[in-house]
Amino acid sequence: MKSSRRRFLKIAGISALGLGTKPVLDVMASSGEMAAPKTTKGENALVAQRWGMIIDTRKLQSEEDLEPMIEICDKIHNVPKFENKNHEVKWLWEEEFKHVFPMQEQDFLGYRLKHMSFLTLCNHCEKAPCVRVCPTKATFKREDGIVLMDFHRCIGCRFCMAACPYGSRSFNFRDPRPFIKETNPDFPTRTKGVVEKCNFCAERLAVGKIPACVEVSKGALTFGDLDDPESEVRKVLRNNYTIRRKPALGTGPSVFYIV
Amino acid sequence: MLEKALTGTKKYYGWMAALLAVIGVGFACYLWQFQFGLGITGMSRDVSWGFYIAQFTFLVGVAASAVMVVLPYYLHNYKAFGRITILGEFLAVASVTMCILFIFVDLGQPTRVMNVLLHPTPNSILFWDMIVLNGYLFLNIIIGWKVLEAERNDVAPAGWLKPLIYLSIPWAVSIHTVTAYLYCGLPGRGFWLTAILAPRFLSSAFAAGPALLILLCMIVRKLTKFDPGKEQIQSLAKVVAYAITVNVFFFLCEVFVVFYSNIPEHMDHIKYLFVGLHGHGVLVPWMWASMILMVVSIILLVNPVTRKNETVLVVACITVFIGTWIDKGLGMISGGFVPNPLHHVNEYVPTLPEILIAIAIWAIGFLILTALFKIAVTIKEEVAGLA
Repeated sequence: MKSSRRRFLKIAGISALGLGTKPVLDVMASSGEMAAPKTTKGENALVAQRWGMIIDTRKLQSEEDLEPMIEICDKIHNVPKFENKNHEVKWLWEEEFKHVFPMQEQDFLGYRLKHMSFLTLCNHCEKAPCVRVCPTKATFKREDGIVLMDFHRCIGCRFCMAACPYGSRSFNFRDPRPFIKETNPDFPTRTKGVVEKCNFCAERLAVGKIPACVEVSKGALTFGDLDDPESEVRKVLRNNYTIRRKPALGTGPSVFYIV
Repeated sequence: MLEKALTGTKKYYGWMAALLAVIGVGFACYLWQFQFGLGITGMSRDVSWGFYIAQFTFLVGVAASAVMVVLPYYLHNYKAFGRITILGEFLAVASVTMCILFIFVDLGQPTRVMNVLLHPTPNSILFWDMIVLNGYLFLNIIIGWKVLEAERNDVAPAGWLKPLIYLSIPWAVSIHTVTAYLYCGLPGRGFWLTAILAPRFLSSAFAAGPALLILLCMIVRKLTKFDPGKEQIQSLAKVVAYAITVNVFFFLCEVFVVFYSNIPEHMDHIKYLFVGLHGHGVLVPWMWASMILMVVSIILLVNPVTRKNETVLVVACITVFIGTWIDKGLGMISGGFVPNPLHHVNEYVPTLPEILIAIAIWAIGFLILTALFKIAVTIKEEVAGLA
């Protein structure tokens, strides 16, 4: 009796092991034949080594100058409008100087700078802390420098929100869909429980269009390849003094301000 | 051995039923949160971690403190602690379980939690936290269970347990170190950006955990025939005394660096917590209460006359526990988020359903703790021929 029970367990154990390893072996066996998933760029896609943006605040005097940019961004990206401030979702928004550049605030700041509004958005940092901390690679850095979110992989741990030193990230504290005025079918809406932020209009670059805010900025915003010495952004950077947010942190923002 | 948890006095059943009722209420709230989203909590875009993550942080400390009974017994052959190592290990099991649950209820998309394993990302500290927490849970379950079983059968514990026990000692330190690294490696969060955060976490852990263990030992002595022992309790009390002293010292080091250097980004958080910032200061009375409680407990615990009086010791341990809980379970997390990186002051206060969910997780912890302690104590009584 005893020995047959032992034999049964042995056989059962070996069978279980066999069943367990089969899927692994299958994958190993097929890895040679399986082609890597193919991705191709669109014919008209705009490409760069490192996308960057310059905001010329001299050309953005009043809030009316900023509104069209924020409006178009919210509209095409299905950004919801919540009444509860805790649930706010922001991609592109306005802040005062002391909030955009908190450690550069001073008593003798010029009247214009002190009272005007600045455009605020994700900096698409060269060394992005949000990418470093994400436990699932749902936040990742693309080859062209854009920091993107995979809304389907994000587990909603919000580590990236703690890591971002610019407050550029928002969390969907509830289903955002009922709070979108007019849904744009060309861009995904989000679900509750995931993080989102500005994507430098990656979906527009893919079809050959520059970011929407840049398009409606009447020349106040410049967008281009920071790695290309001949690009428009590099020309503007050569000829103007620009500042970035919290440079001491070493994140390397790709958004520059002319003040 | 599990059957020992199924039989007990009416009091035992009543206590377990009460815990189950609390868990039921919290579970209903969690279903609501699951359906609606984390919007039912007080968290916001600015304070994106709240009560759940704070409880998690505090409880990692309680879990790590098991090492304070394991280390003297196994490394220094301090025999007296042999009587209570099992209690320390089972306290760790209950605490780590609560930690894992607190992280789980904090997730926006809990059904995707396995993505952490499907897409392992070693550059994320959260990945390592998952490894150390689960590892610590398994180590303590296996070690606690096998050593207790050996004691029951009156044989020496299996030889293969020794390396696991030795491993569990640095592992205990690692769980709280890695948990501190979650916060202290983030640029732009001046409150946490300090190398002393992990040492601070460990010192408050080694105060709060053994303080709770002393209280539990006294409850065990009162309710059962097993006496954890006077010497054991006094030795633990000394651990608590110096750990809480070191904790306050570390905090004062932090205060000196922050205020003497006079760097606003670092000062503003401590100002917010202790005097309020731009008219916001919901945590101010709590933080002062925490400081007063910790200082009072130092006086009661370092002084041998008061420490040796067990009634005073109970008061001191409750004082330590509440003081460190406020410090870590309330102030440590929201203090880091206020003011936010753009220097806006948006405060955080947990909502009722959020608190009920948190209480339910504490109740689950106490349910597990009660069952495990019941098993351990029953076996100890049997072995001593008291049952």
